Amino acid sequence: MDSTAHAFKDNAHKALGDDQLQEALGNLRHGFTQRRAQARDQLPEFDALRDAARDIKNHTLAHLDLYLERYESKVSEQGGKVHWCATAEDARRTILDICRSVDAKLVTKGKSMVAEEIGLNDYLEANGVTPAETDLGEYIIQLRNEPPSHIIAPAVHLTKAQVEADFRKNHSELPPERSLVEPEALVQEARTMLRQKYLDADVGITGANFLIAETGSSIIVTNEGNGDLTQCLPKVHIVIASLEKVVPTLEDVSIILRVLARSGTGQEFTAYTTFSTGPKREGDLDGPDEYHVVLLDNGRSAMLGSEYQDVLRCIRCGACMNHCPVYHAVGGHAYGWVYPGPIGAVLTPSLIGVEEAGHLPNASTFCGRCEAVCPMRIPLPKMMRHWREKEFERNLTPTAARSGLKLWAFFAKRPALYAMLNRFNARLLRALGGRKGSLRSLPLASGWTDHRDFPAPQGKSFQELWAKRQNGSGATPRTPGA
Amino acid sequence: MIPSTPNVGLFVTCLVDLFRPSVGFAAVELLEAAGCRVTVPAAQTCCGQPAYNMGDRADTREIARQTVKAFQGFDYVVVPSGSCAAMIKEHYPALFTGEPEMQSQAEVLAEKTHELISFLADVLKVEGVDAQYRGTVTYHDSCSGLRELGVKQQPRRLLASVEGLELVELQEAEVCCGFGGTFCVKYPEVSNKIVETKAEHIEGSQADLLLAGDLGCLMNMAGKLKRRGAKVEARHVAEVLAGKLDAPAIGEGKGS
Ligand code: SF4
Repeated sequence: MDSTAHAFKDNAHKALGDDQLQEALGNLRHGFTQRRAQARDQLPEFDALRDAARDIKNHTLAHLDLYLERYESKVSEQGGKVHWCATAEDARRTILDICRSVDAKLVTKGKSMVAEEIGLNDYLEANGVTPAETDLGEYIIQLRNEPPSHIIAPAVHLTKAQVEADFRKNHSELPPERSLVEPEALVQEARTMLRQKYLDADVGITGANFLIAETGSSIIVTNEGNGDLTQCLPKVHIVIASLEKVVPTLEDVSIILRVLARSGTGQEFTAYTTFSTGPKREGDLDGPDEYHVVLLDNGRSAMLGSEYQDVLRCIRCGACMNHCPVYHAVGGHAYGWVYPGPIGAVLTPSLIGVEEAGHLPNASTFCGRCEAVCPMRIPLPKMMRHWREKEFERNLTPTAARSGLKLWAFFAKRPALYAMLNRFNARLLRALGGRKGSLRSLPLASGWTDHRDFPAPQGKSFQELWAKRQNGSGATPRTPGA
Repeated sequence: MIPSTPNVGLFVTCLVDLFRPSVGFAAVELLEAAGCRVTVPAAQTCCGQPAYNMGDRADTREIARQTVKAFQGFDYVVVPSGSCAAMIKEHYPALFTGEPEMQSQAEVLAEKTHELISFLADVLKVEGVDAQYRGTVTYHDSCSGLRELGVKQQPRRLLASVEGLELVELQEAEVCCGFGGTFCVKYPEVSNKIVETKAEHIEGSQADLLLAGDLGCLMNMAGKLKRRGAKVEARHVAEVLAGKLDAPAIGEGKGS
């Protein structure tokens, strides 16, 4: 997927002026946060499970090579095949080769962020294979030719009215007088449109929430059951997953599953949790003839051992963006690449470079709500700060900000000069504020005063008044400005 | 063991020093009323967050070094700001990895540093204050104090002891106000959207006074409320707890 992360400010500007988007974001902001809070309150051991989940992933990452090899040998034992892909290009190529080997014309797809990451749909299409998204949200954005704006709710940036309009436009063969008022009707209509595709598809591609080393299984969690049809009906099933998705045992995955849906959607469990282990065996009633796993690195192994390793614990639950004030303000597309919100602010620079994605770790207030809700206890603000440090070291920080900061730091490191400066500024800004007590505009601070008044100082610095109190009677001076 | 007259160093914070000394004096009064002896070292400036959050680790370390040196020998160091207190408490020690001597000094400082209201409530076990306020207030939980230091019930408990004061809870009180230090000038439009929503909630609370424990957030919210022409005023929670309301509210002129 092409990135517009460098244009975050412009993207955000557009998003802020988009009324339909703002309406859709308002719904997300309340729904997800309340449901997560309820789910947490109903499970007394929730925080203990988060600790356990974090520890499982930390252990796995410390022995990632071991678990991946074990996973591969288990998949092979069951008659499947693991394809190791270092880059997005390798993964695309591998998938196309598999499709061509069975002369595939149509592939059905379950939701996969990794498929977005490698730009799979455009690539397949350009090579004569038609991808059909089967997740409702993905289906909608495929109709609109848009990328997802959220990692678990790809079409969350749309209002119901927009979806209805898209369906009427694209499903012109259906009776125009049909009612699409109820959300159920939209779901039903998408199902109808998809039914034949499931049957016609030559290959089914799904993502994976987890890969289990102990059994060689892949797991997907969905609420629509579309993943099951995608992977069972075609002759070939391709699982596409990034390599940090592996966990050692079924026991481990059962712990992490208990925090996944609760954190993301606030459900105790998603409606479907589907395990797939190899192709159809003798005696199985259905299942694919071939089972492939495309295992993608694409920069992740380089994060091992770095200050960003912890981010590989991520289980893509979406809680960090559901609780992020910046995401609530601008939505997912403003971030400009596959992964939005706080997880994107850390992951995107790692995967496509901080030169391109430098805005993302800066576009955070460091309010810490993402870290507070992350089921895997990933210290997201700390990692964003690491990126800011890298940018500063490499002179990528904008020049004006950098010189401003350096000037400020010069004084901040010299208390006596700093005290003089504050005495001066307190008076100057006070005088500018006049009797009103605040300024409506201030040169060099238009970023502030374009939107809000600037409260003027009381007129003298605290240190100055304190020194007076110490030298004088010892009584607290008359409050300045009173 | 708490000494009978705890020797407290006040870290004023750069914003209180420059913009609102009355908050510093309110802090001093609250501390003195609780039996502390308060000293204000002259060799302090800022906790270093502007540099730290812009990724300038070298300058941050030098500013932190200066703070660590300036605040040696106190029983406690108290800060009328959750975010500056959290900076010292949660972030200083790691700045000195590779300098064991400095690191242990930073750890000592971190250990004895407290945000003002939680220091009064949790450490000194102050249960009430001798103050009056006739009116309805609402309270915004500033992010660092809330999430890094667990400041949540302490200000509410102490406010409950202010005679005449009625506290109404703010919708989404725990959501960031959009200040974020330099964030508000680096991404003004996004910051504005966040503070606009905050201002709507504040106005919706029907309170006549907004309180919080961090001057940065307060200036952001007060500035927005004023620009919107809202009637709600804004003050640091310490001002109300100390009963020091003679200075005009944040961003208000003498005539108001
Ligand atoms: S970073 Fe944490 S909260 Fe965000 S998607 Fe990943 S696991 Fe969920």
